[in-house]
Amino acid sequence: MAAEQAKVDPMHQFTIEPLFGTDHWSIAGYSIPFTNSALWMAISTVVMLVFVLGGMKRQLVPGRWQMAVESMTGFIDNLLAANIGPAGKKYVPYVFSLFMFILLANMLGLLPLALVGVHPFTFTSHFSATAVLAVMTFSIVLIVGFWRHGFHFFSLFVPHGTPVWLLWLIPVIELVSFLVRPFSLALRLFVAMMAGHLLLEVLSSFVISGFNSGSGVGGIVGVLSFVLMVSICALEILVAGIQAYVFALLTSLYINDAENLH
Amino acid sequence: MDAQSAKMIGAGLAAIGAGLASLGVGNVFAKFLEGALRNPGAADGQQGRLFIGFAAAELLGLLSFVVAMILVFVA
Repeated sequence: MAAEQAKVDPMHQFTIEPLFGTDHWSIAGYSIPFTNSALWMAISTVVMLVFVLGGMKRQLVPGRWQMAVESMTGFIDNLLAANIGPAGKKYVPYVFSLFMFILLANMLGLLPLALVGVHPFTFTSHFSATAVLAVMTFSIVLIVGFWRHGFHFFSLFVPHGTPVWLLWLIPVIELVSFLVRPFSLALRLFVAMMAGHLLLEVLSSFVISGFNSGSGVGGIVGVLSFVLMVSICALEILVAGIQAYVFALLTSLYINDAENLH
Repeated sequence: MDAQSAKMIGAGLAAIGAGLASLGVGNVFAKFLEGALRNPGAADGQQGRLFIGFAAAELLGLLSFVVAMILVFVA
């Protein structure tokens, strides 16, 4: 394997490790240790709860904190109202939690806590974590769709105005595009996060080996890589926000299909 | 050519896909800005569609990244 020959293993940062000596915990033969992934999921949840509970004072003139929470919920509220309409109101808690959870996970994973010896773990860089979020959205779409429309939900696969002579082809294409949705949703978040962290790791290995080589060319390469790395960090903060937004946006679009067909 | 070299060349070729997807993403934002400058009043209402186009274009580039990762680390 190529990764083992290199001095720096960029995939090592994604290793899931049991913490606090829980690696022997098991249920029915399945090992269920408390891993670093679970720890950072718990941290994201706690930060989200603190953020929201701190802003639930319901003052008539909101303070800074309440204003921050209200602008976030208002943002998701507008998103759902624009994409689903009046029926979108009841999905605000779900989409808001999803958006905040993903946003905090991405942001907390970027914190430079390694300076004090703590290694943040971005659990959204694992397909298993993002797939669960995508499957949750997809189940809501299926349950709501069949609940509200029954078997009429299948008319989703025949858009309005389909010519009769294309009736054999369009439903197949629509069905494939429908079934691919959970994969594309999960894959997008997972790959965007993993690619960003991989890029930062590879660039940091360029900085270290560039300076360690001692030659002038190595120093120039090191400085250039460092500058690039700082700008990529800024880009990663942008990507963390965009990916959380895209996840919430696509979730609302898919729920719109289930609520209103099309 | 042995299997290892073929895998590495394949992973490198998959990176072309990521580059092409960057053209697509750039195109999405460029066209949006072009339209937004012509009619700034309508720009804010179309941001959702902007990000849908961005997500669709980006996904195809990310798929080529997945192909490269599978070739290097899994296959």
